[in-house]
Amino acid sequence: MELDAVLLARIQFAFTVTFHIIFPSFTIGLAAFIATLLVRWRITGREHLHRLARFWTKIFAVSFAMGVVSGIVMSYEFGTNWSNFSVVVGNVIAPLIGYEVLTAFFLEATFLGIMLFGWQRVPPNLHVLAAVLVAVGTSLSAFWILAANSWMQTPAGHEIRDGIAYPVDWIKVIFNPSFPYRFAHMFIAAYLTTSLVVLAVGARYLAQGRFSEDAKTMLRMGLGMVAILTPLQMYVGDASGLNTEKHQPEKIAAIEAHWNGNKPGDLVLFAIPNEEEERNNFAISIPNMSSLIITRKWDGLFPGLKDFPRNDRPPVTPVFFAFRIMVGMGVLMLIAGWVGAWLWFRGRAFTTKWYLETAQYVWPLGFIAILAGWYTTEIGRQPWVAYGILRTADAASPVAPSAVLTTLVFFVLVYGCVFATGIYYINRLIEHGPIGAAAETPEALPSRPLSAAGEAAQEAMEKG
Amino acid sequence: MDAISLWLPVVWAAILAVAVALYVILDGFDLGIAILFPAEPNEARRDQMMSSVAPFWDGNETWLILGGGGLFVAFPLAYAVIMPALYLPIIIMLLGLVFRGVAFEFRWAAKPNHELWDIAFAGGSIVAAFMQGVVLGGLLQGIKVENGVFAGGPVDWFAPFPLFTGLALLAGYALLGSTWLIMKTEGPLVDEARRWAKWLLPVTLVITAIISLWTPLAFERIADRWFTWPNIAYLVPVPILTALVALLCWYGLVKGREAMPFLSAIGLFLLGFLGLAISNVPYLVPPSITVWEAAAVPESQIFTLVGVLIMLPLILGYTAFVYWTFRGKVHEGESYH
Repeated sequence: MELDAVLLARIQFAFTVTFHIIFPSFTIGLAAFIATLLVRWRITGREHLHRLARFWTKIFAVSFAMGVVSGIVMSYEFGTNWSNFSVVVGNVIAPLIGYEVLTAFFLEATFLGIMLFGWQRVPPNLHVLAAVLVAVGTSLSAFWILAANSWMQTPAGHEIRDGIAYPVDWIKVIFNPSFPYRFAHMFIAAYLTTSLVVLAVGARYLAQGRFSEDAKTMLRMGLGMVAILTPLQMYVGDASGLNTEKHQPEKIAAIEAHWNGNKPGDLVLFAIPNEEEERNNFAISIPNMSSLIITRKWDGLFPGLKDFPRNDRPPVTPVFFAFRIMVGMGVLMLIAGWVGAWLWFRGRAFTTKWYLETAQYVWPLGFIAILAGWYTTEIGRQPWVAYGILRTADAASPVAPSAVLTTLVFFVLVYGCVFATGIYYINRLIEHGPIGAAAETPEALPSRPLSAAGEAAQEAMEKG
Repeated sequence: MDAISLWLPVVWAAILAVAVALYVILDGFDLGIAILFPAEPNEARRDQMMSSVAPFWDGNETWLILGGGGLFVAFPLAYAVIMPALYLPIIIMLLGLVFRGVAFEFRWAAKPNHELWDIAFAGGSIVAAFMQGVVLGGLLQGIKVENGVFAGGPVDWFAPFPLFTGLALLAGYALLGSTWLIMKTEGPLVDEARRWAKWLLPVTLVITAIISLWTPLAFERIADRWFTWPNIAYLVPVPILTALVALLCWYGLVKGREAMPFLSAIGLFLLGFLGLAISNVPYLVPPSITVWEAAAVPESQIFTLVGVLIMLPLILGYTAFVYWTFRGKVHEGESYH
């Protein structure tokens, strides 16, 4: 069988980015959460906030390490696997990555040292500042990488000469038409993901009757964020969808599995899209609802898949299902957030056993939604890698398929064992809990470098 | 060629050279410490070695991203040739860095059952350092390019010269690591580190000498660069300075100085780097693509240059601040137990 170099390169990129994205989408929110805890601790002087910050910093350390090492891989894959992409759009995309390195990566990586190891070595306010700077760094990183990705979706501010993209207006390149929507959507998603983890951990401890004071703070902060951010995220998501309809109508047609642009769209709740015969099998739909959502009119028309040549259409089935998984996660988040908020309002959030026992399992919702959302938007951009400029099939490197296959096998093996182990350690840390995290600092060894994750995992090992 | 298109790529080449040199030195001692792990069976001293770089390694490694990212920004055509040409060594290097990077956290998390993460830390670093040397050697021996696109095979780098430069970088990083330990730690480890460095310095020098002879013998352009008049007169200080700095390093080791061996080892790296630069200017992809041919359009280079001019002093400043924060010596077994 002939190996397809482009397909292998796509599988490799999808695999490595899927693993990678899990960690930054968690650490962006977590850095902000830790910084918030530390600032609140400095203002109120309440010790349990400090203890909580130390506890979450240990989890942050393990997650961040995995994000860093998997992220470096991404920054080289543009060249190793997609060298023609680098040639065609490098003049426009590369400076955005360059700014990410200059403004974000150095900031977060350097101050991480103080954040993890500076608890005793620097004055408390400086330590808080380091945590804030790490949080700022993670957010700036999201800003630039979303600018680059959005440009690939809705390129602007450039001109094409001899098939190569050249920058004309950097403001238009960065603030390209879909950027504000995507940045807001992703940023809220990251905060929401972390909030769900915090909520789940707080609920888990309360359900088990452990660490009551810490758990209540986690539940309040996590729940408050989920209850507020979920509807906001739905609003931003809707706006992002309308923006996509304007600039990438074939993606919306695939999301909606909408084939005939000359008829109003039904909201397809479930179907098996049949790309051969250009229709949906086993469809369950609400008539005209899709038109109402997208055009805001009951019988509004919007382009269907048949309006585009077959070789310009994205693969319908994965886009269709990934979008529904994302929305489904959103609905579950809304239920978790609003039921919790109602109980909180009634003063029963900390004592309602059935809620706590259910809410401890909400932690994966954000991760699943983020992955499904990215699958929707990235597969929905196909067959283009830079929309309207360069097709994915033309972007790959002149690398032997056997070499790509070899490294793909390495990636699967290495990521599989490394990240599974990391997640296992994180789970141990959570199982052990925040007890004594602040008090345990040995006074005999002040201001010494040490591994923040290590100390906690050490306890975990001793315990069980 | 107007002044901007003449000088801008030169400025960018200089920025990249700074980024790569800083990476090699800063992550060089991190990696070197891990390369020396197998030589140190004592757990408390392994803890000490790791703790001496733990607050810095992530910032150090970021220079590698600036090196790769900077190449992408300023010279996308070179980036698009080098990365596919050295595909396997680069990916294997990155995988080595995955193991080494997570080992910084996981090793402590796994204690007392951390043997596997000791192996991952040392093994990942050895693989990464060796492959970085292979990338360097593969680049120096020349990349087959047709119509501006890589046209060679997937294992062109598997040749005596790149494999030798792989070993060379391993030895050089180990020298940096051992001299860092002399400066940054205390107790019995310092004596051991000094013993290692006394081996590693001559080994590194012999290797440097072999590469200095091998490259002009194997590549005519490099022989022409060094051994024609008047170049030879201008360039003869480079080997002389190298010999002097090497003597200084040895002197520091013998006399028990704390910082001198490390600083001289840095000097040796910088001189070696300078030598390689002299051999290959103006090529980014020897022997075919120059800095001007590979350059991004001036609009892109200028846009990012503004960022570099503003951010680089800041980055250097806060990096220095973090090193200052964690100044002082790390003692044996230092960590929570």
